[in-house]
Amino acid sequence: MRNLTHLERLEAESIHIFREVVAEAENPVMLYSVGKDSSVMLHLARKAFYPAPPPFPMLHVASGWDFQSLLDHRDKTVKEYGLELIIAQNEDAEEQGINPFDTGSALYSQAQLTDPLKRALTKHGFDAAFGGGRRDEEKARAKERVFSFRTASHRWDPKNQRPELWNLYNAKKDKDESIRVFPISNWTELDIWQYIALEKIDIVPLYMSQPRPTVERDGLTLVVDDDRFRFEEGEEPVTKSVRFRTLGCYPLTGATESEATDMNLIIQEMLLATGSERQGRAIDKGQSASMEDKKQEGYF
Amino acid sequence: MTAQDSSFQTDALISEDIDAYLDQHQHKSLLRFITCGSVDDGKSTLIGRLLYDSKMIFEDQLAVLESDSAKHGTQGDEIDFALLVDGLAAEREQGITIDVAYRFFTTEKRKFIVADTPGHEQYTRNMVTGASTADLAVILIDARKGVLQQTRRHSYLVHLLGIKHLVLAVNKMDLVDYDQATFDQIVADYTAFASEAGIERFTAIPISGFKGDNITASPSSQTPWYSGPALIEHLETVEVGNTAAQERTFRMPVQWVNRPNLDFRGFAGQITGGIVKPGDPVRIVPAGKTSTVKTISTFDGDLDEAVAGQSVTITLTDEVDCSRGDVIAAAGDPPEASDQFCSTLVWMDETALKPGRGYWLKLGSQMVTATVQQPKYEIDVNSLDHLAARTLELNSIGVAEFATDRPITFEPYAKSRDLGGFILIDKFTNATVAAGMIEFSLRRAQNVHWQPTTITRDDHSAMKNQKPRILWFTGLSGSGKSTIANEVEKQLALMNRHTFLLDGDNVRHGLNKDLGFTETDRIENIRRIGEVAKLMADAGLIVLTAFISPFRAERQMVREMLPKGEFVEVFVDTPLDVAEARDVKGLYKKARDGELKNFTGIDSPYEAPETPEIRVNTVDMTPVEAAEYIITQIMPLK
Repeated sequence: MRNLTHLERLEAESIHIFREVVAEAENPVMLYSVGKDSSVMLHLARKAFYPAPPPFPMLHVASGWDFQSLLDHRDKTVKEYGLELIIAQNEDAEEQGINPFDTGSALYSQAQLTDPLKRALTKHGFDAAFGGGRRDEEKARAKERVFSFRTASHRWDPKNQRPELWNLYNAKKDKDESIRVFPISNWTELDIWQYIALEKIDIVPLYMSQPRPTVERDGLTLVVDDDRFRFEEGEEPVTKSVRFRTLGCYPLTGATESEATDMNLIIQEMLLATGSERQGRAIDKGQSASMEDKKQEGYF
Repeated sequence: MTAQDSSFQTDALISEDIDAYLDQHQHKSLLRFITCGSVDDGKSTLIGRLLYDSKMIFEDQLAVLESDSAKHGTQGDEIDFALLVDGLAAEREQGITIDVAYRFFTTEKRKFIVADTPGHEQYTRNMVTGASTADLAVILIDARKGVLQQTRRHSYLVHLLGIKHLVLAVNKMDLVDYDQATFDQIVADYTAFASEAGIERFTAIPISGFKGDNITASPSSQTPWYSGPALIEHLETVEVGNTAAQERTFRMPVQWVNRPNLDFRGFAGQITGGIVKPGDPVRIVPAGKTSTVKTISTFDGDLDEAVAGQSVTITLTDEVDCSRGDVIAAAGDPPEASDQFCSTLVWMDETALKPGRGYWLKLGSQMVTATVQQPKYEIDVNSLDHLAARTLELNSIGVAEFATDRPITFEPYAKSRDLGGFILIDKFTNATVAAGMIEFSLRRAQNVHWQPTTITRDDHSAMKNQKPRILWFTGLSGSGKSTIANEVEKQLALMNRHTFLLDGDNVRHGLNKDLGFTETDRIENIRRIGEVAKLMADAGLIVLTAFISPFRAERQMVREMLPKGEFVEVFVDTPLDVAEARDVKGLYKKARDGELKNFTGIDSPYEAPETPEIRVNTVDMTPVEAAEYIITQIMPLK
């Protein structure tokens, strides 16, 4: 007889969800953004199907402006765990003149994230896609279901969502319809970090503080990740000890000054932060949802 | 903020000793609860208060909250906590269906997931959804209004969903001047309702979500008369979670068969009850095959033990058939399987129930086709009255029988949420149209977990949940044997026992109609009755026989046919003069007049039992008293 801790209960619930989808869906996929939530999801998926590898591929939507360190981490992880990786990317962005400096945020995320995702889902015929959305992220997400249904054109019909009782998930759907599944719905940000620390999950080094070349712009601390970074007049890279609380396209994602180099210090910073996670990543001028939200929700 | 704003002191620990804080957080348990009440009861304010007091609000959110409170708030200069969790009106306008919003907060001891069911419309559907995963329910009452119809409705629904822990949060105490009499009256009113509704216990707490009284610490200076716990204290200490499930028998519905290579075949699932260890004998239900647990394989290594609530992968020592939908259970006490049930149904779809139509039924990992009959009745959730019903409409609750196209493994909902709760899915729209709770199976004979061997005597009696016995009533004619035996049978029937009464009427006219009353015939009469009674006992019945059976030898013969302890001799000890004085059928008179030969007690002997198991004295006892006495003597019935 022993009491399960809240993390053990959350873990068991997430594993249950993964297995239900694999048992009932024909062709599932996991949306792998390589961020901390995705890393936890991947870890849970590996647990759910151990000793088999997760019986579905990872789908990464690359905007073309991802941090190099994130791409390196992705490739290393995929290789180490023997995963199948599918990369969705808008190959014609340059031709279409789309980039994070000139293009408006709505169009940018549509062209670079939402559309490539939809195309990839359709092309591969995936009927269920795991995403890393959490209910604690904001008021609107608090009402999201674990199983969210999409029409053949990947549209969300909010009037047609199903009640979810007990741990019984209704995965029945028409041909061409698909489901977005959120196995970590009930995890909070603190749970995610705590679990990463406890389980020693390898995450992108960008979450840890280290000296990086930075530029201050519009109240954000941007990191010069490669030579495509477009400096504005008078801007000079300054080396600062910074880390990221959230990861998106590098020219749009603000870093925070920090000395936190280990997991517990990161958690401490997170808990003592004066602003919510949301504020820190409010990159999209005039829009409440950030880039990472879009990865999870917009096209998610 | 107000004086009661005694926020949790976790912040200090975060900045001073993050390792200690994380260690504390790591060992927290989880409580899921549902809040029931409308915005008018201060529900949103209370939830906002819980989030605020547990520091789940960041400064930027607080700044927005303060400015929103000034702009839109309803609380003057004070912070309007309701604004933290509201914002539902806009979503309703957009037509987004909202069943339940989930909120998260944490204290030093526990992490909490709150199911908040907004709105008045769709209330039944939403509440049932939120309550299905909750361990506890907080029922909010406005202290100014007391116990309302909606309080009764909410309480009924959470009780229906099997929530054992109820908190009656009497809110807005600040608006009744923290008056103890008001609180006491509400508790008295609710107590009366609760016993009527079958709610065994609840905890009543006087609070003010707005002012913060008795939320985190008690008693508030405003309620010195209150000696119970503060709301948070109660939520932190109430005994819930998976310990009760661990005390049940082991069950794990198989979700997925894990076969990465020829050497490994594991059965993946979440344990719904009990504890499992390698070496434990298990049975695959419904097939009934047994095997032994070889390993409990997880990513973190093989486990020595796994408990209810954990998601694991089990391997077995034998190559048995087992796939998604099967249940791996303790070999000695597996769940039943059946294909006909009586259940409570909560209808959740705009399209009403169509009796006779096939729906998908999902229970655990089983998916079958179910046909629901016309409801036996609908339940008025306000009055709890039973109403006649031909169907069930959106948000209505009823009791109906249903049949499945093949047997499913189940347990009554009262025993197991996981094997007793199910959903119905429309086969055309794929919508989840109903939630159901199995009350019982209509065919207990459908127990299919028997080994494919003969159904034994013990099996028969186990199915009837009783130990077979022959209550052999003996005594003079007119002593009261039949009357008392009949009374015993009636009382056993009320106790749901399976019985049969053999007496002169149903034996002499058929089986033994070729026999007269000579001594030889009387012996043969008893022998046959003994054989029939023995067959009935083999079938698991409690048999009552009411015959004079005057000779010790024949009674002994029957006694010896049966396993030790199953023959219970009941001596109805009525003296001859009393029996003769009663002479209900006028037989003694005829015998005395010589019209009847070989009449026991007159011209044929009666050999009274020397050591009967039970002796009743009909001179001092009424037949009912005698019957009651006999039943006390044969307890326990199992």
